[in-house]
Amino acid sequence: MNALVAVLPDVSRGALRVWQRNRDSFRGYYLAAIVGNLGEHLVYLLGMGLGVGAYIRLGGDVPYLQFIAPGLVVSSSMWSSSLESTYGAFTRMTQQGTYDGILATPCSVDDIVTGDILWATTRALLSAFTMIVVMAVFGLVRSPLVLLVFPVVFIQGFLFASIGMIVTALSPSYFFFNYHYTILITPMFFLSGIFFPISDFGPVVQWAAWSLPLTHAVSAVRALTLGEGLGAVLPAVLWLTVASIFLYLLAVRMIRKRLIK
Amino acid sequence: MSPLPESIVGTSEQVVVAQGLVKCFGSLVAVDGIDLSVSRGECYGLLGPNGAGKTSTLKMIYGASPLTAGELMVLGLDVRNHARAIKRQIGVVSQETNLDPDLTVRQNFLTYARYFDLPAPEARQRADDLLTFMELSGKAGVRIEQLSGGMKRRLLVARALIHRPTLLLLDEPTTGLDPQARHLIWQRLRHLKRQGVTLLLSTHYMEEAAQLCDRVVVMDRGKIVVEGCPQELVERRVGREVVELRVEKEEEAALLAQIPGDAYTIERWGDTLYLFSDRAVEIVQALRAVRVENVLHRPATLEDFFLKLTGRELRE
Repeated sequence: MNALVAVLPDVSRGALRVWQRNRDSFRGYYLAAIVGNLGEHLVYLLGMGLGVGAYIRLGGDVPYLQFIAPGLVVSSSMWSSSLESTYGAFTRMTQQGTYDGILATPCSVDDIVTGDILWATTRALLSAFTMIVVMAVFGLVRSPLVLLVFPVVFIQGFLFASIGMIVTALSPSYFFFNYHYTILITPMFFLSGIFFPISDFGPVVQWAAWSLPLTHAVSAVRALTLGEGLGAVLPAVLWLTVASIFLYLLAVRMIRKRLIK
Repeated sequence: MSPLPESIVGTSEQVVVAQGLVKCFGSLVAVDGIDLSVSRGECYGLLGPNGAGKTSTLKMIYGASPLTAGELMVLGLDVRNHARAIKRQIGVVSQETNLDPDLTVRQNFLTYARYFDLPAPEARQRADDLLTFMELSGKAGVRIEQLSGGMKRRLLVARALIHRPTLLLLDEPTTGLDPQARHLIWQRLRHLKRQGVTLLLSTHYMEEAAQLCDRVVVMDRGKIVVEGCPQELVERRVGREVVELRVEKEEEAALLAQIPGDAYTIERWGDTLYLFSDRAVEIVQALRAVRVENVLHRPATLEDFFLKLTGRELRE
C-alpha cells in the first residue's frame, strides 16, 4: 500500500486550475497556433497526397490521399502536444516563473505536471479536430467510427506530452529540444507508416517501427477513418495506454526532481 | 468560510516555529540549525547579507523546499505533511517577480484566485479592491509587460493577498524599487499588520527592517547571529549616535587625541572613521574646535549594527 502511494502522483483539483490557466493564456494566440499547425499539415496532405499520390498505386482500393490523411491527423496531434510540453512548458518553468508562482499556492508539483500534460493533450485534440474537419471537406471520412479517433488522440496526445515533459525536465536550455525533435519526433514522422505501409519492409524495420508510439496511433486512427473495424484498434490503444501511464509517472518524477530543491 | 476541516486548521499563537532547521544543497549548508518563533500579528524580519540563508528559510516555510533536518510548524501544522493546508492560508511575495506575462493584470488575479478555489465573482471584487489598495486602479486590463518595475512589485504583493492570508511571506519585497514605490509598499504592509496579518520578511535594507519589523533576526552563513527588537539592538550594540569623518590613517591618532574622554568606540573602513557614542555632541564640538571639516553627526541605525555584526567585506 505504501509503495503504491509512493508511486501515485499527488494530484488534486489544482491540475484543473493549471489547465485553466493555460487555456486562458491560449485565448491570446489560438488563431496563430491553429493556423500554423493546420497549414503545415495541409501542405503535407495536398502536396504528398495529390502531388506524389498521382504516381503511387497502393494495393486495394484506397487512394494515396486517403491513405496518408489519418496519419497526418495523428502527426499534427503529435506536433501540437510535443511543442506545448517542451517549448511551452519550459518557458513557463524557467523564463516566466509561472511554476514558481503556482507552487506558492495550494497546488503541488504533480498538479502542475498533470495540468500541463492535460493541456498539451487538449492541444493535440484541437489539432486532430481541425484535421478531421479538413478530411471531411475533402470527402476522406468513410465511417462514423471517425468519432472514436478522439479517444485515441487523447491517449496519444497524453503520451507525447509526457515524453515532452520528460525532455523539459532534463533540458538546460531551449537548444536541448533540438535533440528531441531531430532524434525522436521528425524520424518518427517518417517511420511510423504515415506515408508508406510498414508491412512492405523487412522484419527488423517492422520491429523498429512498431516500437514507436506514433506507429500504433497511425494504425488505430487509419483503421477508424477507413471503417476497418475495431480489431486493429484495440491492441494499438492498449499499447499506447500502457506506455502513457509509464511515461506520465516518469514525467512527474523527473519534474519533481528538477523543481524541488 | 474555511475550506479546511476544523481539525487541521492551526490555532497556535505561534505562527511559525522552527527548531534546529537545516537545509543543505549537496555539500553546501544554506541553513545551519536555526530556531525561529514568529507570533501571530507581529512583523518579523530576517536580515542578512547575500547567501545568509534567508530565501532558503522562507522557501521551507511555504513548502517549496523540503527540510534537510529539524522541525518546522507553520500555523500549527507540520510542513512535512500539510503543505497544501498551509499554503491555503499564506501569501507569498517571492524575490523574483513571477507575474504571469501571458495574462492581463485582472487575469493574473483571477487565475491566482482559482488556485485557491475562490469563486470568480468574489475574486473579481477582491481584485478591484486590491488594485485600489495598491494604487493600481485603472491598470486592470493592462498586460504585465506594460507595467513599470514598481507597479509589478505592488501587483505581486496585491496578488499574494487575494485569498486573505493570515501569514504573508515577503522575500526582499522592495529590492530595486524607487523611494516612492518603496514607501508605498511599507505603508501598505503596516496597514496589513494593523489588520492582524502576520508578516515575515527577508531584507538586506536595514531601513526597511527598522520601518516595519517588531523583531528581527540577523542571519549570517546559515546561522542566526542575534535576535531582538531593532531599536534595542542598535542602542545596546552600537550606541545612540555616530560621528563619521573622512580622515587618513596617519592623521587618525593626532585627531583622536583632541577628543576628551573615552566614551566611544572606533571603527575604520576605507577612508572613513566611525565613532559610536552616546555623547556624540561633545565629540563633534571637540572636533569643530580644532577645525576638522567633513564631520557627519547622525543617529545610529540598524545598518551600523548590521555591519558591525556581519563585517564589511563584500558578499557575493
